[in-house]
Amino acid sequence: MLLFWPVAIPFMTAVLTMLAWRSLRLQRAISVTGGVLLLASAIAIMAAVAENGPVAAQAGGWPAPFGITMVADWLSAVMVLITGIMAVATLVYGLADVTAAEERQGHHPLTHGMLAGICGAFLTGDIFNMYVWFEVMLMSSFVLLALGGEKKQMMGALQYVALNLISSIVFLSALGLLYGLVGSLNMADVAVRLPQAQNDGLVAAICSLLALAFGIKAAVFPVYVWLPSSYHTPPTIVSALFAGLLTKVGVYALIRSQVLFFDVSTPWMRLILLAVGILTMVFGVMGAVAQGGFRRVLSFHIVSQIGYMILGLAWMTPMALAATVFYVLHHILVKTNLFFIAGIARRHCHTEELSRMGGLYARYPGLALLFLIPAMSLAGLPPLSGFWAKLFILKAGVDLESWWPVVAALVVGFFTLFSMLKLWNEAFWKSPPEELPDKPDPAIGRQRWRVIPVVMLAGGTVAFGVFAGPVLDFSLEAAKELLNPQIYVDAVLGDRS
Amino acid sequence: MNSLILSTATRILMPAILILSVFVLLRGHNEPGGGFVGGLLAATAFALKEKAEGLAAARRALRFQPMSVAAFGLGCALVAGIWGGLLYGHFLQGVWPFLTTGPDGAKGGLPLGSIFLFDLGVYLVVFGTLCGILFALEEAVASDADTGGD
Repeated sequence: MLLFWPVAIPFMTAVLTMLAWRSLRLQRAISVTGGVLLLASAIAIMAAVAENGPVAAQAGGWPAPFGITMVADWLSAVMVLITGIMAVATLVYGLADVTAAEERQGHHPLTHGMLAGICGAFLTGDIFNMYVWFEVMLMSSFVLLALGGEKKQMMGALQYVALNLISSIVFLSALGLLYGLVGSLNMADVAVRLPQAQNDGLVAAICSLLALAFGIKAAVFPVYVWLPSSYHTPPTIVSALFAGLLTKVGVYALIRSQVLFFDVSTPWMRLILLAVGILTMVFGVMGAVAQGGFRRVLSFHIVSQIGYMILGLAWMTPMALAATVFYVLHHILVKTNLFFIAGIARRHCHTEELSRMGGLYARYPGLALLFLIPAMSLAGLPPLSGFWAKLFILKAGVDLESWWPVVAALVVGFFTLFSMLKLWNEAFWKSPPEELPDKPDPAIGRQRWRVIPVVMLAGGTVAFGVFAGPVLDFSLEAAKELLNPQIYVDAVLGDRS
Repeated sequence: MNSLILSTATRILMPAILILSVFVLLRGHNEPGGGFVGGLLAATAFALKEKAEGLAAARRALRFQPMSVAAFGLGCALVAGIWGGLLYGHFLQGVWPFLTTGPDGAKGGLPLGSIFLFDLGVYLVVFGTLCGILFALEEAVASDADTGGD
């Protein structure tokens, strides 16, 4: 039952917020309580995995591979844990940031619906069930993107939903082929049966279709365009939640499927992943350098950082996979925080166009410091988490003597620093333009609810850098488990495998 | 739409369809049918009402907000899942509080439990969601007609 709580709690919260439709106050209270309970259940799962290794649960008591299985190994558990942390942070930030109009249109139930989808995708041990969670996530996130219905918001939302629907169709086609080939959808069962399949062409087709479907979700080159065009339009809290978690679901699914189903059988896939990783990094950072809006720069950086994670997956050594896990955790923490800060900066400057912003350092030095921590972490300055994340990726590459990606990663790191400095110069350092009013936006609301999560996440980033050693040990453990699918299979199928 | 024939027929058809939808819901327990089909049927009853007597009448007949009905249904399904989870440790496992097993293994009592609660949840979710979509679409059409359309 433990493994079902991260899905049941957000759903229950969504139900209760919908039933408390008339009282926004009550909705807020339920929403934050639901987030805290989600985090508590995630901690309980983490503790269970730390104690007993991977755990599995069967819905309805139907044994695998017949029923729907939920599995938590190190990777799933830590992804759910970070989802819980981000949920609490965003929900608290939302206390100040979500307008009553958005709440009346169903902001709270939708947010929790999306959280349920994310947790479900991380935990499920059934590949078709993962498709269902993707759809839960997609539908909630689409409505969240479109809420308010401004024109630019609708444009972004349409691109988002169009590309994600294509991804769903590709995913579903791959599932059809997979089921036709091995006659099972339980991921552990598929992992056992797929190597026995005598049809290399079909396996290759399934492998690449799945990679394409998850690649779209993860926003890799060349299918990343939906991300920068949609993430800068919705309210701050929505884009922060999306920026932290949604693409990472794609990365998770990519790691899980490639490692569990196709581990060493497809060297060409690794070559493709390597190329995709490099191109994603380069195109993402080039886009970021060219942009002039605060959140647009950050959105392109998401794409660029995804490239690093894909590199780790393509190398597929214990060190490389551990670096990818480390990178994912670091990135969720830092990117969500940067979007939070972008929201605060926007309220102060009444705009997110960098050319019309300025003077934030003079007026709000505390905010400037809070910006510097995640920004420098993202750019990879020691001793912050981003430095270690990049270092581990580079080390994995150097160990393999895979020089081109290493060079690309270094150059991209330099450009990342450059564009973070651009944000700093434009929004914080330069003197404000004449027309900038002295007072912040009157809609700024209860500022402390914004500052608390920003401070906590910044503290988390620093702690992540200081305790990089233990986190790396942990990531290595997760990587070891990923590279030995038998552990996963045994957890699900027990003796019958 | 003001059609005497339609609104008179609706008066008879609507209760008939609603009763049929409950019948299908109950039948689904062991035979073809179930919450999804039942919910669809119930929604068509309200679609008929809406077409015959207008949106306001249909909303009055439903009494609750459609999305609240859907939320309540989702709640029912979740409770059914958690019920089995707390009792037997498996989320969604069937719980039969009224079912008794005799010493000879013969089953007696009332086969009513968490499975039906789940099915009822599906019924309400489908019904509530469809009514919500239908009413929202009708409202959009009505407000377009008011402003001369576009």
